[in-house]
Amino acid sequence: MIRFAELYHALDSTTKTNDKIAAMKDYFTDASPADAAWAVHFLSGKKLKQPVPRKLLRRWAADEAGIPSWLFDESYHAVGDLAEAMSLVVPQGESTDDRSLTSWIEDRLMPLREMNEDHQRQAVIDLWRQTPALTRLVVMKLITGGFRVGVSKRLVTRSVALASGIAPEVVAHRLMGNWEPTAEFFLRLTDPDAQDTIVSQPYPFCLAHPLDPDAGPKPLGDIDQYVAEWKWDGIRGQVIRRSGQTFIWSRGEDLMENRWPEIEAASELLPDGTVLDGEILACLPDGEVLSFGELQRRIGRKTVGKKLLTEVPVVFHAFDLLEHGGRDVRELPFSQRREQLQNLLCDITHPNLRITELIPATKWQDWQEIRQTSRERNSEGLMLKRKDAVYDVGRVRGTWWKWKVAPYTIDAVLIYAQKGHGKRASLFTDYTFALWDGEALVPFAKAYSGLDDAEIRKVDHYVRRNTKEKFGPVRSVTPTLVMELAFEGLQKSKRHKSGIATRFPRILRWRHDKNPKDANSLDELLELLPE
Amino acid sequence: MLSQPILQTTDSGLYCAAGDFYVDPRRPVDRAVTSHAHTDHARWGCRRYLAAAPSEHLLRMRMNENAEFQFLPYGETITIGGVKISFHPAGHMLGSAQIRLEHQGQVAVVTGDYKLETDPTCQTWQPVKCHLLVTESTFGLPVYRWSPPETIAADINQWWKESRDQDKCCVLYGYAVGKSQRLIASLDPSIGPIYCHGAVQKGNDAYRRSGVQLPETIYVGDIAGKHDWRGAMVVAVPSAHGSPWMKKFGRVSTAMASGWMAVRGARRRRSVDRGFILSDHVDWPSLMTAVEACAPQTTWVTHGYSAVVARYLNEQGRDAIAIDNRSRGEDEEDTTAEIPEATS
Repeated sequence: MIRFAELYHALDSTTKTNDKIAAMKDYFTDASPADAAWAVHFLSGKKLKQPVPRKLLRRWAADEAGIPSWLFDESYHAVGDLAEAMSLVVPQGESTDDRSLTSWIEDRLMPLREMNEDHQRQAVIDLWRQTPALTRLVVMKLITGGFRVGVSKRLVTRSVALASGIAPEVVAHRLMGNWEPTAEFFLRLTDPDAQDTIVSQPYPFCLAHPLDPDAGPKPLGDIDQYVAEWKWDGIRGQVIRRSGQTFIWSRGEDLMENRWPEIEAASELLPDGTVLDGEILACLPDGEVLSFGELQRRIGRKTVGKKLLTEVPVVFHAFDLLEHGGRDVRELPFSQRREQLQNLLCDITHPNLRITELIPATKWQDWQEIRQTSRERNSEGLMLKRKDAVYDVGRVRGTWWKWKVAPYTIDAVLIYAQKGHGKRASLFTDYTFALWDGEALVPFAKAYSGLDDAEIRKVDHYVRRNTKEKFGPVRSVTPTLVMELAFEGLQKSKRHKSGIATRFPRILRWRHDKNPKDANSLDELLELLPE
Repeated sequence: MLSQPILQTTDSGLYCAAGDFYVDPRRPVDRAVTSHAHTDHARWGCRRYLAAAPSEHLLRMRMNENAEFQFLPYGETITIGGVKISFHPAGHMLGSAQIRLEHQGQVAVVTGDYKLETDPTCQTWQPVKCHLLVTESTFGLPVYRWSPPETIAADINQWWKESRDQDKCCVLYGYAVGKSQRLIASLDPSIGPIYCHGAVQKGNDAYRRSGVQLPETIYVGDIAGKHDWRGAMVVAVPSAHGSPWMKKFGRVSTAMASGWMAVRGARRRRSVDRGFILSDHVDWPSLMTAVEACAPQTTWVTHGYSAVVARYLNEQGRDAIAIDNRSRGEDEEDTTAEIPEATS
């Protein structure tokens, strides 16, 4: 455990990618396979099933520190991270437990879940008394989840690859999908001779780069090298058909079971050894694509009722073929994969499985013009793909480009602020914006991104000095600051006070030149609503 | 509760009507009684300043030279309008003082900024019994608990040694006046040469003129042309981080010394290699110790987590109120950052 805590602090105390990779590589080289498996598990963002409710942890921490619970909560809000707040506020313990990471997790932390509250409490207090602050922070992070140590799954992949001598693409593939953090798993992950035969395992997704909207597509070169298709706002997914079974994965590596019965039914027509990449879209039988808001009604439903199935039918729009006849075809150029995909799907007629349409053009101008019609089709713009490109792992520059339409923009007034988490903890970084409705400011969107560090500090400073009221962690502030917000989509909503929901709102720029009175009104926002 | 406190809160800051003066005013006033030389306490533009004698060089360096200054040694008393005023060490920085006011048998103490730990560059805080205590609360949360300063000094010197052995130059950030000199005084000059940013070097000069012993320091600006910075320690202001000024030092290891470094988020936002938790303000336990030792009937809490500290003191059976609702941001340990203003 001490070795893992050291790794955590090494990662936490540097901002340099190479130092992080070196620290992880050393750890993976030295650690037992079981410890290494748990380290991969946590560093790549997976968590333990919450062993102890956070509410109880807060209460016990206040008791153990001898302070009232409201004071612990104030401290927690200032720190922005429960594990850290517990490690700072509860008096330091003595290090008396030098068991391995695996033993800590499997013998001390996982059993917490099964205990009754009294035993849990005693076990957690023992744990605090037996850990000095640094180890305790890491142990509490294992309990509360969310490492936020500036390590992406990609960095973990590269480190494992370096430590084991296995190619990063292979490591990335083996880290996809569901796996248990065991010694066997890590040995298989780093085994040069292992066969990759797990039926449910998806491939790492290829991601697109945004195209510079000012420069346009011209810098990409010869138009003959590219194809274009609509960029839809749905759920990116991989459909796997192997050994008579279907698995549908989201980009967030969720195995989506029983959520898309239409697509599962359609997939049964696929031959074994097929993996499709595409987008799950809400789509009417006539082909009209519905807005993301409609699709949202189906997200999060464990079971889908008949009514919803009729109102919001979904279609899998396949745009790539990753496995064909049981063979990994990601190394083939796009044009060949596309051809195979067409051949494969032309034999299958099912209303819930389609191939994407390629948009013909002879010059960039053609695509530029048709792109202008994106909004009326509920599309976000175009995707441009190189015909000769292999299917890459992750966001590799130069093969796939997303060429979005310009976002909606509106000037709004900042009225509430809340502290952020992780790197942004203790700074006011999460803002609620309002628009005018007559003489009143009505909140309509939250935006957390878009300002640079210097601007965030200025807003933070402003919030601290212009707080009107506090509602728990939220401050209402004198409405003075005007910001231009951008967002991708708009739709009517009964759940929002303003009657309207925005998609991906973010701050475009701080309008120092505008007074709050110059901000836009709710009516002006409503005018942007598609008919 | 005090029926008639000698101090009152106004838009310009704490005001003593009996003596017609302000304590650490927020705006220019006729007469200011000043706790120490940081600009959020020593407001520029007042006509007259009264402060503790050891702060003379620092105050004159920072304030308009045409102002009228009066300096009083620690412990001595002056009477203005029937109010007896004296200064007592606050331990925050050179010349920093708690201001004791006495009028018709009532004693008020304004702490200014203060810490309880020892500091080689200034006199140590002493408790002053009073009826009304006005205390700062910059780090008034139980997350803030300082380690002994010797431990931090040892950590800093260790970091310097390790960086030197890796042929790196150390750049250590602290506020130009106060923190930097405390840092320099605790550096081990046998490890290597110490260089300073211009603003820090100016502060060093004022400290030395005031009789504080500091290890030898060299002004970075005095080094012309190519220079070997490996193994050196450069003490600089935080705003230098990431600026072109830094390029000349080659491979560096950077660190920030501040109480805010206790929290990971603050440390990571700075994107420095190391964060040393070293503050010139009271931490949570010291704040409670200080209130206990001064034994006031009423405590006014300001500058920081005022509402939190006041509520806690009340629950402990003490009478306390928060006299401001501004909390300090982390750029504001000892300086005031600019306030964004909307154009109108």
